[in-house]
Amino acid sequence: MTGPHSHDQHGAGSAGASRSGTGRPAAGPHGAPGTPGGPPADVLIIGAGVVGTAIARTLAQYRLSCVLVEAAADVGTGTTKANTAILHTGFDAEPGTLESRLVRRGAQLLGGYAAQAGIPVERTGALLVAWTPEQQAALDPIADKARRNGYAAIRPVSRAELQRREPHLGPGALAALQIPDESIICPWTTPLAFATEAVRAGVRLVLRSRVTGITASTNGASGAGHAVQTDSGQVLRCRWLVNAAGLSSDRVDAMAGGGGFTITPRRGELIVYDKLARPLLNSILLPVPTARTKGVLLAPTVYGNVLLGPTAQDVPDPADTATTEAGLSGLQAQGARLLPGLAREEVTACYAGLRAATEHRDYQIRIDGARRYACVAGIRSTGLTASLAIAEYVVAELAGAGLPLRERETAGPPRMPPIGEAGTRPYQDPAKIAADAAYGQIVCHCERVTRGEIRDALAADVPPADLGGLRRRTRAMNGRCQGFYCAAAVSALAARLVPEPGRPR
Amino acid sequence: MTIDVLIVGGGPAGLAAAIELRRLGAGRVLVAEREQQAGGVPRHCAHTGYGLRDRHRVGTGPAYARHYARAAVQAGAEVRASTTVTGWAGPRSVLLTSPAGIETVHARAVLLATGCRERPRAARLIPGGRPPGVLTTGELQQRVYLAGERLPGRALIVGAEHVSFSALVTLAHAGADVVGLVTEQPRQQSYAAFRAAAAVRWRVPVWTHAVVSRVDGRDQLTGVELRDVRTGATRFVPCETVVFTGGWIPDHELARSAAGLEIDTGSRGPVVDTTLATSVPGVFAAGNLVHPAETADVAALTGRHAARHIAAWLAATSPAGAAGQSAAGQASIAPARPGAAGPAGQAGAGQAGPGDRMAIAVTVAAPLSWISPGLLRDRATLPPRGKFVLRSTEYRPRATLEVSQDGRVLARHRARLMPGRSLTLPAGWLSQVSPSGGPVRVLAL
Repeated sequence: MTGPHSHDQHGAGSAGASRSGTGRPAAGPHGAPGTPGGPPADVLIIGAGVVGTAIARTLAQYRLSCVLVEAAADVGTGTTKANTAILHTGFDAEPGTLESRLVRRGAQLLGGYAAQAGIPVERTGALLVAWTPEQQAALDPIADKARRNGYAAIRPVSRAELQRREPHLGPGALAALQIPDESIICPWTTPLAFATEAVRAGVRLVLRSRVTGITASTNGASGAGHAVQTDSGQVLRCRWLVNAAGLSSDRVDAMAGGGGFTITPRRGELIVYDKLARPLLNSILLPVPTARTKGVLLAPTVYGNVLLGPTAQDVPDPADTATTEAGLSGLQAQGARLLPGLAREEVTACYAGLRAATEHRDYQIRIDGARRYACVAGIRSTGLTASLAIAEYVVAELAGAGLPLRERETAGPPRMPPIGEAGTRPYQDPAKIAADAAYGQIVCHCERVTRGEIRDALAADVPPADLGGLRRRTRAMNGRCQGFYCAAAVSALAARLVPEPGRPR
Repeated sequence: MTIDVLIVGGGPAGLAAAIELRRLGAGRVLVAEREQQAGGVPRHCAHTGYGLRDRHRVGTGPAYARHYARAAVQAGAEVRASTTVTGWAGPRSVLLTSPAGIETVHARAVLLATGCRERPRAARLIPGGRPPGVLTTGELQQRVYLAGERLPGRALIVGAEHVSFSALVTLAHAGADVVGLVTEQPRQQSYAAFRAAAAVRWRVPVWTHAVVSRVDGRDQLTGVELRDVRTGATRFVPCETVVFTGGWIPDHELARSAAGLEIDTGSRGPVVDTTLATSVPGVFAAGNLVHPAETADVAALTGRHAARHIAAWLAATSPAGAAGQSAAGQASIAPARPGAAGPAGQAGAGQAGPGDRMAIAVTVAAPLSWISPGLLRDRATLPPRGKFVLRSTEYRPRATLEVSQDGRVLARHRARLMPGRSLTLPAGWLSQVSPSGGPVRVLAL
């Protein structure tokens, strides 16, 4: 698995990579599918977020040549990396919508996949807490809605039971609903697992390539197709095009001749509290939602912290992930009301993510068989949970529109590094340390990340492109000291992460 | 593995304690240091000024760290680097992880000397973008002095206390152009000599009454916005590096995860008495874990102080039955330990520590934020260096510290309060404390 990594990553090689679904000859050394000189790829996916990578790993189950193009230097760097990291049941979705259906199905699929791939998940359950009589009156309708969404396990919880379940809760809670299957998940490992599976099955991952134009092209006898221009100078040709560009999906859709929706990035600011706050909270604490947002929640994280947020603010700039004074102080005040003990704990991190909201109340998933184009947009805040169901749905729709699917043998989900607190971390694993002493040398002390884990991340099939990527893969430098103790040591180990010219780390 | 004393943290406090314990005849003393070398923070403070109070000579941080690491080994302590205490397995038992594996260590006494760190930008809730180039002094020094990094471009320092000037020296060494120091306080809080040197040698201005209100930049730091705390006026300062200095918090995770170990809400370190014993029998705490942050020599002296009382604890709890423990807990040579004994055997002897006759809290009120030690268990044992250590959150050039118990004034001392700067209170009043009285209050008048 080691070796030089170009930005243009090939998988370990497989039958699927060299034999396309339409029976064309294998791509020779002079041109992989989709490259200039090579045959067009069967499918090109724009956007390597959790949705794009899920579609890529799903397509990789078939005899197709696939290319996954990403503007950033790594997978999962947009909405995917900065969210509340909850594996939803979909109990509160709008009944009858595609989102409701796919969130419910996605939770099942991702739950199973996570267990296979070792993606950290903890089934903490959630409590939706009413603090005012009006909110209390809204609980029954919410429970009804959950049942209409096919989620029957929701149940009312009395004030006394709430107190027992969450003894550190602030005063004034009136009643609650329990949603026992709401879970927390690692939002970083998830797209990495999908991307790793896809790359190992032969999907070509093209990073640092922002799509700048799309033109229709004909591919001779094989029919209609697309030529996709990127700012890295490559022109990638494909038969089928999937737009999973998240916050840029409206721009890409316009290039592809679509239309009908506009992305308005909705910024959500979040505060991560110190691990010492973790005992204050047993489950996810949800507020009663409003028409506009699900509101500010408190949740444990799979890394053993407590997360508070998100705010909801529409911003014009799809890259504006700055936090604000008003956002952070408002969150702090709310957190102190919900869980007074938080006020005595330290803050480990503050960040903001952008949800890809549109003017519509449902996902914007459209498949145009004639143009061989799929738009997978407006996934808002449920993409992590729904990712595998979205992929399943999109691939079935593509097949219905004429994409030939022929199954093939694949290796299945990869086994991802155990970075969750609920599992056994390498520093806790005597057998692992005995086999390789590098797993006994803790480099990042706050998160207890070992030299062995950093080495493994750098050598992975989808390696990090910068320190941020290393942090998402290992947790190194993510802890309370934010690098006071370990930044120099971690940076030294990561010295082979050479920044791109003109692209600072 | 069963040992006599486990010392968690191989910085000045832990190493000084190990040396003293061995000098006093303690048996097996193990220092667990999680970094690859023992020595602690001075390892990466390449400027001079270390050793004045403990070694009576002054040298650089790395030389000071090397001295202590070597002296601890020469004294017969076992110093293990790359060794992390990952949790408790009993009141005086811990789990160690190192490249050699995972081991449970049972000790007759434990000294927590885990030090302190600076609050990074996130812990200060400073909004804005999250570009690289935003550091703490600790990270800066390690990058520059341990990893040899250069930091060309403009740099801004947040804070104007001793450590801030240390960051200034480091930045200058790394080739940065320091554009200024920013403090919310009405003046800088370091020694006049530091300030004068900074002004003359680097011509660096100190901007007072100002806070960082925003960090700007996406892939790269472009600058920070400063806000005047009096007027609300903002200004933008372009820079490529910003260093957050001071804002100390003890590295108290291990202390807080110990069952029954009481934490001081002010300093956030363990509550200790004048012997530096915590609320868990046989567990002591020293150095910047209990007084964040004093200079390295002060940390070493508190480590040495704790060692004497640990030796007394070992003697008092020795299976050989050392009676006649001096009530004052004065340094006594612990008898050579006859054979190994499990810690369980001594657990019941927890109340036999020196001078166990009262439990009176020492409390402070604003603008004082904490005092250490914060607990009096006897009237005879003076704190390290014969002084209590305090911190103030406000600048008051001419204040009086008043010590009282139940309305009875025990002492008054003149003091100059300065945030981020060490403040001490002589302990001469200790003998006047009533063992049956209420808490001792220390107020700044």
